[in-house]
Amino acid sequence: MTTQDIIKPENLVYTKTSIMNDRNMHYCPGCSHGVVHKLIGEVIEEMGIKETVIGIAPVGCAVFAYNYLDIDWQEAAHGRAPAIATAISRLLPENCVFTYQGDGDLAAIGTAETIHACNRGENIVIFFINNAIYGMTGGQMAPTTLEGMKTATCPYGRDVKLNGFPLKISDLLAQLDGTCYVTRQSVHTVPAIRKSKKAIRKAFENAMAKKGTSVVEFVSTCNSGWKMTPHQANMWMEENMFKKYPLGDLKDK
Amino acid sequence: MAKIKGAVVVNTERCKGCALCIEACPSDVLGMSKEVNTKGYNFVYMQNEDACIGCASCGYVCPDACISVYKVKI
Amino acid sequence: MEEIRLMKGNEAIAEAAIRYGCDGYFGYPITPQSEIMETLMELQPWKTTGMVVLQAESEVSAINMVYGGAGCGKSVMTSSSSPGVSLKQEGISYIACAELPCLIVNVMRGGPGLGTIQPSQADYFQAVKGGGHGDYRLIVLAPSSVQEMADFVALGFDLAFKYRTPSMIIADGIIGQMMEKVILPPYRPRRTNDEIRQQCPWATLGKPDNRERNVTTSLALEAEEMERTNLRLQAKYKEICENEVRFEAVNCDDADFVLIAFGSIARVCMSAMEIGRKEGLKIGVLRPITLYPFPTLKIQELAKKAKGILTVELSAGQMVEDVRLAVNGSIPVEFYGRMGGVVPTPEEVLEQLKKQLVK
Repeated sequence: MTTQDIIKPENLVYTKTSIMNDRNMHYCPGCSHGVVHKLIGEVIEEMGIKETVIGIAPVGCAVFAYNYLDIDWQEAAHGRAPAIATAISRLLPENCVFTYQGDGDLAAIGTAETIHACNRGENIVIFFINNAIYGMTGGQMAPTTLEGMKTATCPYGRDVKLNGFPLKISDLLAQLDGTCYVTRQSVHTVPAIRKSKKAIRKAFENAMAKKGTSVVEFVSTCNSGWKMTPHQANMWMEENMFKKYPLGDLKDK
Repeated sequence: MAKIKGAVVVNTERCKGCALCIEACPSDVLGMSKEVNTKGYNFVYMQNEDACIGCASCGYVCPDACISVYKVKI
Repeated sequence: MEEIRLMKGNEAIAEAAIRYGCDGYFGYPITPQSEIMETLMELQPWKTTGMVVLQAESEVSAINMVYGGAGCGKSVMTSSSSPGVSLKQEGISYIACAELPCLIVNVMRGGPGLGTIQPSQADYFQAVKGGGHGDYRLIVLAPSSVQEMADFVALGFDLAFKYRTPSMIIADGIIGQMMEKVILPPYRPRRTNDEIRQQCPWATLGKPDNRERNVTTSLALEAEEMERTNLRLQAKYKEICENEVRFEAVNCDDADFVLIAFGSIARVCMSAMEIGRKEGLKIGVLRPITLYPFPTLKIQELAKKAKGILTVELSAGQMVEDVRLAVNGSIPVEFYGRMGGVVPTPEEVLEQLKKQLVK
């Protein structure tokens, strides 16, 4: 049997979700954003909730998330996505609202919006990409940048005396009574991706069941910002990021 | 015993040659082309077609959703 | 049904919002306008009309909640006072660029900085010249009575939806806090999501298969695309300037001297005019109701007959610049203002008119 004989619609086992359109994504080669976008699209398709989902895009690399997933979107000011999601969720309680935010957006400039949306138990899903760096602006220090890690604004490595400590914001959010589900995942291997997809599904199911705020953190790579190949970045993440940001559920009620 | 055979189709215009699929493939099926697409990226192709088991690991890890996987039992 | 009540300006805003069929109010407490949210929380409209009322964690968050609600085609509003409105400017700029309709209320207090809780009009520049970053304008309505506080809620929303642009009511602490008789409009049902889908095809209510996805955004990385956005906004502002100028002109037809003032101080000017007329001075008052669009043509018309204009403001002189631009040097335009929350008496205003114009 030749390869051409195998390539028939009835034999298809994996392809791009129909929620993701044909536009080429602007992300750097190997960027974790693409995998997470894809998983969100797959879950929306599988749950059949395309018409009820409204996404809030952040400021940062994922600002153009609205270009790729075929759902209604709002583009937020930097850090304000949870406030926007709050209003939409309150005004359209039957819709399923999610934010998609990076570490700078969620854990620096938008800390207040994040914490208070979670504390109110807004019926929303927060997807949080933590790659420990500001990608869009050219690789500056993020609140989650590891101690000693070099970035454009801490070129000699993050000095905690100067810049404070890496912020484990998901741990903080898990302490709040309004969150129903806080988990930390990654998308660097097939098993990790399968777990992430389950987490995304659970978060959306929580929103549909009006259980409160779900937060799914993805410990991610920014191989361009980290100045590594995509594969090296995955290895470096396993060795360094997972120590500070261990994977697993922080809260599931 | 039924043997499983797979095939991978790469959307070469979406592919950015990040090579994460090459690392993820358990059967060393994929390789990087010497050619480039219109964006200037080298892209991935099936270098070793016979070895593919259709596990779709390449597809799962692909950040650009450019891989479709087919599988048959023979 | 209409209803006659005695109430504060701030309370009138809250009542009028519910009666308009407002879908959501998002705010943060600040003097002298906290009664707006307090009244809403007491009336609990979520139990009657379904209106959402939420106390946000900051003014920044509140205006972004407004962005979110407005993007869904909902009639949403926020209110604050000067320092809080400064915080909202980022969000207002985004809302203007994304072309979303909403209502923002600023019950001004004395500034700059934390300033004072006393009345002021020193946010004129901020309101009519844009306020945040970029080339944009708001439709700015200046009430001078409790009745207008109530009426301008509906007017503000209607204009916001007509032009897909934010409207702002700028009142001051006097109008917000004083009690007057007000005729409240009858209740109007909130629009259903189906009605919004028809009237606001751009609204993000969830994407059905029969249309492209809707995206509210203010971002365009390509210069030409961003210029097209700007040109679209400018064309809209031109249309607003041509069609939506509102003002009240009292005794202006035979006036030698015209007092130009808005909001609470316009009422002081009306009294000054009455005293002056008894003394034989032909004084008129022009009260701009829309500060943007500004009644430039009306002022040019008055300048053809009058001998001089005195602009009176509770500020160091902000609107006077627009008056001078309108008059363009053809007659003297003088200014009198008090700052920091001090309100002049009619006698003081008249004295200034005599000193600066009659001589």
